Amino acid sequence: MTRPIRTLFFFVSAALLALAFWLSYSDLAPLGRNTSAYGDLVNSITVPQRHITDAVTAVNFDIRGFDTLGEEFILFASVLGVVLLMRRRSDDPMGDHEDKARGRIVPYPSDAVRVTALLLLSPMVLFGLYIVSHGQLTPGGGFQGGVVLSTAPLLFYLASTYPQFRAVTPPRLIEAAEAVGASAYIFIGGVCMALGGQFLENVLPLGKTGTLVSGGTVALIDLGVGLEVSAGFVLMMLVYLEELMEAKEQ
Amino acid sequence: MIAILEAGILIFVALAGTAVVLTRDAVAQAIVVSFYGLLLGIMFFVFQAPDVALSQITVGAVALPLMILLALARVKKHENDQTD
Repeated sequence: MTRPIRTLFFFVSAALLALAFWLSYSDLAPLGRNTSAYGDLVNSITVPQRHITDAVTAVNFDIRGFDTLGEEFILFASVLGVVLLMRRRSDDPMGDHEDKARGRIVPYPSDAVRVTALLLLSPMVLFGLYIVSHGQLTPGGGFQGGVVLSTAPLLFYLASTYPQFRAVTPPRLIEAAEAVGASAYIFIGGVCMALGGQFLENVLPLGKTGTLVSGGTVALIDLGVGLEVSAGFVLMMLVYLEELMEAKEQ
Repeated sequence: MIAILEAGILIFVALAGTAVVLTRDAVAQAIVVSFYGLLLGIMFFVFQAPDVALSQITVGAVALPLMILLALARVKKHENDQTD
């Protein structure tokens, strides 16, 4: 494609984009103006009917809990896809996990990096658990907390080497945690049915508003999602890093 | 005051987005996209969506750049293997 054609192509698409933008934004409601009755409705029922103070979590894990089940399995399928694509052939020796990728010099982390990473590690675990367990009370929940939790092993990797990282996150254990976390969502939905409700209907005791054990099924689903998400991210790091390792030359 | 804050963060997001596109080196781009993700998170927070802001900060500023860097390292290793 020659330069004049490219320029012409750019101006045509830019004009079309500008037109599409103008058409979509010209009759948009002003910023901050609520045009949907749904928001007010949700805000008015979450505390009296569900004992949940974070309306977003109430919508995600209760009011439209079934949709979120699908979303969780999008992540599950993505992780599964990465693991499948990155898997080792059976004739490919596993090696002893020494970082030997050519053209990539991996120095042992400096003291500054190690101290910073190790200092941040336990606060990250605590913060992740806090976000997961307070899903029904404050912004955040299983997904956000799960990603925060998965940064703790990453910090450990930054402060150490791949074999040490692999030792603290055994792939079998992480895979099991991923599967347990993902199936917990369906299992909780099934328990709701066994207790006489619909799938994922919040039939468990709702508890006292503002406490850790409030919200019925929502608190439990948050824990399951937290486990699934954190294990999923750690698993992706493991398979990517495993790929970069080469069999140690004999 | 709030209007200035909102306009300011929108301008920063636009500038950072442009910076991501204009950065041509892939590794540098991963770092710039991380900064852009952080700004997007602040934008969501300013526009009163703290739940989305938390997701955005964790995914946009941590998980996405990490996956890009790991994928780049993987591609680089593959290229080295081919030339050897």
